[in-house]
Amino acid sequence: MAVVVVWVVEGTWPACVDAARAHAPEGAEIVLLHVTGHDVADAAHGAFAGLLGRGHPERDPGTRVEHLAAASAESLLRAAAERLARPCTRSERTGRVEREVVAATDGADLLVLARDGDRSRLGPHSLGPASRFVVDHAACPLLLVWPESAPDLGTMPPPPPPPHHG
Amino acid sequence: MLVLVLVCAVVRPFNWPEAVVAVPAAALVVATGAISVGDALDEAEQLGPVIGFLAAVLVLAQLCDDEGLFQWCGAWMARTAAGRPRRLLAQVFLAASAITAVLSLDATVVLLTPVVFATAARLGARPKPHVYACTHLSNTASLLLPVSNLTNLLAFAASGLSFTRFAALMALPWLAAIAVEYLVFRRFFATDLDAGAQAPSGGDAPELPLFALLTVAGTLAGFVLTSAVGIDPAWAALAGAAVLAVRALLRRRTTPRALVSSASLPFLAFVLALGIVVRAVVDNGLDTALGRLIPDGTGLAALFGIALLAAVLANVINNLPAVLVLLPLASGSGPGAVLAVLLGVNIGPNLTYAGSLATLLWRRIVHAHDTEVQLREFTRLGLYAVPASLCAAVLALWASLAVIGGG
Repeated sequence: MAVVVVWVVEGTWPACVDAARAHAPEGAEIVLLHVTGHDVADAAHGAFAGLLGRGHPERDPGTRVEHLAAASAESLLRAAAERLARPCTRSERTGRVEREVVAATDGADLLVLARDGDRSRLGPHSLGPASRFVVDHAACPLLLVWPESAPDLGTMPPPPPPPHHG
Repeated sequence: MLVLVLVCAVVRPFNWPEAVVAVPAAALVVATGAISVGDALDEAEQLGPVIGFLAAVLVLAQLCDDEGLFQWCGAWMARTAAGRPRRLLAQVFLAASAITAVLSLDATVVLLTPVVFATAARLGARPKPHVYACTHLSNTASLLLPVSNLTNLLAFAASGLSFTRFAALMALPWLAAIAVEYLVFRRFFATDLDAGAQAPSGGDAPELPLFALLTVAGTLAGFVLTSAVGIDPAWAALAGAAVLAVRALLRRRTTPRALVSSASLPFLAFVLALGIVVRAVVDNGLDTALGRLIPDGTGLAALFGIALLAAVLANVINNLPAVLVLLPLASGSGPGAVLAVLLGVNIGPNLTYAGSLATLLWRRIVHAHDTEVQLREFTRLGLYAVPASLCAAVLALWASLAVIGGG
């Protein structure tokens, strides 16, 4: 049975879910994947650690942020599953986001992801660092979608001038 | 001895409060004669009001949280951001700057950061720019008032400035530094901010905690009033905390025990002990060593030099000991030099994760086998934001000193 992984990211996920609904083969196993990076909670941990002498590790905001992040990931995946309206499994991972996504596509037949960079014009800047890494390293076929309607063709940069032949 | 106290404060062996090592260390430097009993008492006398002030502000912030001020703030940000991440970032900047300035950086780090994360998550926006904004502003936006940061309280006591004069001189640097941070954040996180947000900001709006807000406003007015008539503004903070505490006790929303715990007595003891140990180190040779590095005067170049030295020192040790070391040296050159030290020690910590190399090294050791903190992005952001906002703030301070005068 074909396995289709849908990478769910805050802000851009509805387009991915819609693409999966349109393009995943009938009967395929759809996996909704969300990855929580450590960076945000670490920033909060670090800010608290920088407050010298405050003690009270139970007041560390990083820990609260971690709990909130887990709850938020769960509700995001629930919303995505509702929008998909097809049987699916939900997968939540934590770690370095781009690497976890690549690892999660091991053995998959398709990964659906959205461009996460500049969405106003066609071109390489439409991929942010995370999706660039995944596009460059994924071992399975990809379905790369625009989060909203794609910019029109006129935004494509002009072709380079022809080389002069002396 | 200072190194031992600092290492233990970072490492916290056996989960002891930092004071467990710092207080005996302070007793030891007095006992061994590294600092005379008179000097130690003198230092304690100077730090006493500062510590009282700090305790009052810590309690005030905690009570504001109990009253629901931060929850309300989160709901306000969600409502006014209207699903647009860039708007949300602006709201976070407003809220974090105001809260840091009035209720101190502890309030922003401990109480506001989780609220901001929850707000971003509820809007379906990517939380990273907003949470990073809290961590940066807890430092940068702590320039305005003496109460905003413990470093300010220490400098305030040493500078001889009045509360209002301090605020007037720091207003422009505060605004300049925040404005620069805002521009850096908009550019640095452009991708995350462009990603949009889906979730409707539905849900009940919590009631505005008017009483808490009025008490805070009254406390601010009290700061101005007390400094005008020459009373220690710590009394205004104490009065504000007392008003909210009595109300919370009457309504059984808090207990005396919780109040005492929010004043963090071990922390206050730690500050006092650290002050005495640092004084001993400074008196025994560090002053002449660093005295050569500190530029004299309060010209623009001197202000830059002082701020830079303070920023570097804050990153090598931590801003708290850094300010204790630098204050006695800078106060000779007048209030301008003291405020330049503050620009350095308050903005500087954004450069390194956790505010100092010592903390950073320790965290790296602890996390070596767990998850490694992703430092690259954090440090890159710091490299853009810190030099730019520090330069803007120093220029603004120089202009303020020229217009208002250091008096």
